Amino acid sequence: MSYMDSKMSQHGLIGSESDSQRTLYPYVTGTSVVALKYKDGILMAADMGGSYGSTLRYKTVERMKPIGKHSLLGASGEISDFQEILRYLDELILYDNMWDDGNSFGPKEVHNYLTRVMYNRRNKFNPLWNSLVLGGVKNGQKYLGMVSMIGVNFEDNHVATGFGNHLARPILRDEWHENLSFEDGVKLLEKCMRVLLYRDRSAVNKLQIAKITEEGVTISPPYSLKTFWGFSAFHNPTVGAEGSW
Amino acid sequence: MFRNQYDTDVTTWSPAGRLFQVEYAMEAVKQGSAAIGLRSKTHVVLGCVNKANSELSSHQKKIFKVDDHIGVAIAGLTADGRVLSRYMRNECINYSFTYESPLPVGRLVVQLADKAQVCTQRSWKRPYGVGLLVAGLDESGAHLYYNCPSGNYFEYQAFAIGSRSQAAKTYLERRFENFMDSSREDLIKDALMAIRETLQGETLKSSICTVAVVGVGEPFHILDQGTVQQMIDAFDIAGEREAPAPEPDEAEEQGAAEEQGVVAEPGDGADQGGATDEGVAPMDI
Repeated sequence: MSYMDSKMSQHGLIGSESDSQRTLYPYVTGTSVVALKYKDGILMAADMGGSYGSTLRYKTVERMKPIGKHSLLGASGEISDFQEILRYLDELILYDNMWDDGNSFGPKEVHNYLTRVMYNRRNKFNPLWNSLVLGGVKNGQKYLGMVSMIGVNFEDNHVATGFGNHLARPILRDEWHENLSFEDGVKLLEKCMRVLLYRDRSAVNKLQIAKITEEGVTISPPYSLKTFWGFSAFHNPTVGAEGSW
Repeated sequence: MFRNQYDTDVTTWSPAGRLFQVEYAMEAVKQGSAAIGLRSKTHVVLGCVNKANSELSSHQKKIFKVDDHIGVAIAGLTADGRVLSRYMRNECINYSFTYESPLPVGRLVVQLADKAQVCTQRSWKRPYGVGLLVAGLDESGAHLYYNCPSGNYFEYQAFAIGSRSQAAKTYLERRFENFMDSSREDLIKDALMAIRETLQGETLKSSICTVAVVGVGEPFHILDQGTVQQMIDAFDIAGEREAPAPEPDEAEEQGAAEEQGVVAEPGDGADQGGATDEGVAPMDI
């Protein structure tokens, strides 16, 4: 352990000595999630890949799940931590339903709950290694927010995690506008996902698009994006460099 | 209620299936000075009578703001009431912090009731000696609840607790059907009238009562004395008797004094503006 770590563990500040109980690095990870607000609610897209380091190991990982009646959660980062978060939320929604009193948690409440959970874990040096996207509609109000693994949270009209921040957000900043129709929203998301597919090495060409409106959640069945590789530079790539492949 | 051999412990049942200590706790509520509450679709008004022990002392605070959307009026052991208000404030603020959303009144009231119930089932505790009228807003509208020392809670359109609350209850019973659609001003006016009913003839002034309001777009706040006195004057109800309700039970009229014997009141005709007899009858029955 580093000098600082050993000092901190002496003072009981860094958790148990064995360190096997803390998350140190992620193992099976999901890549970007992209989401935007449109006319009737929220649209969210994520591919179905679970990478094991540099191996694209799992190709049918559902990284978006409905939460309660009004919310949709998408996650990138450690998949097992995402599953743990789903268990926490399951319990939260269960207790909320047990009140049976006409009140229910909307996306804002769930988002803030998640912020508290992520921040508290970060303070214990045992983070849930995820970037979460939480979207939903309640009583006509659309909500879209993000929480990072260190508890940073914010709301916006369009959000993305991981590589999506660098590749998709600029597209969204240029082309997003209020009251996108469903078709335009999907086209915009597919444009972002296509760029990510070309440029993010941990992306797989199998994605789902989810929508949440006042009526509820629909997650599309998995499908693939059409890609184009017929660039002239890809024909005879070794033409300028004999011996390479 | 008389002393009996089953009333020493809260954990002792009587053969008739009663917990006397809990019932005695409810007696304590009846001894406290009156508190009333009423609600419409969009607003809830709480009012209470503030009687100081002596001219030298100030009066006890009986209405507490619990959160922007919830307030409570108490009757009974004020100290117990303060402690429970602190609990309620804590619950609200913790919920707000975790969920960035106001705690629904209905849930707070259940938590409060469960807390009260604990004290009815531990031999080393005693029931809280305070009744709480909880006024609040949530997704489903405006609500008024009454929490009992027994751990029961009920939702009300209008209610009154404390000493001489029966007079206020009778007044409210006559008019409650109209409350749902009342305006904010009418609701406050009805609250002041109900408070006045409990005063048994004493003049209603803002120095002896407190009124608080919560509504859609209006956070819970206690109206200041000046405003209350203005309203008392404006509605002209300081010493006056009850104006006819929309469906009047007694057909007394104040201005049109010609009709005599509409209600068989002895002696005084309605010439006197109906001021003398009207309010007396309901309370005396």
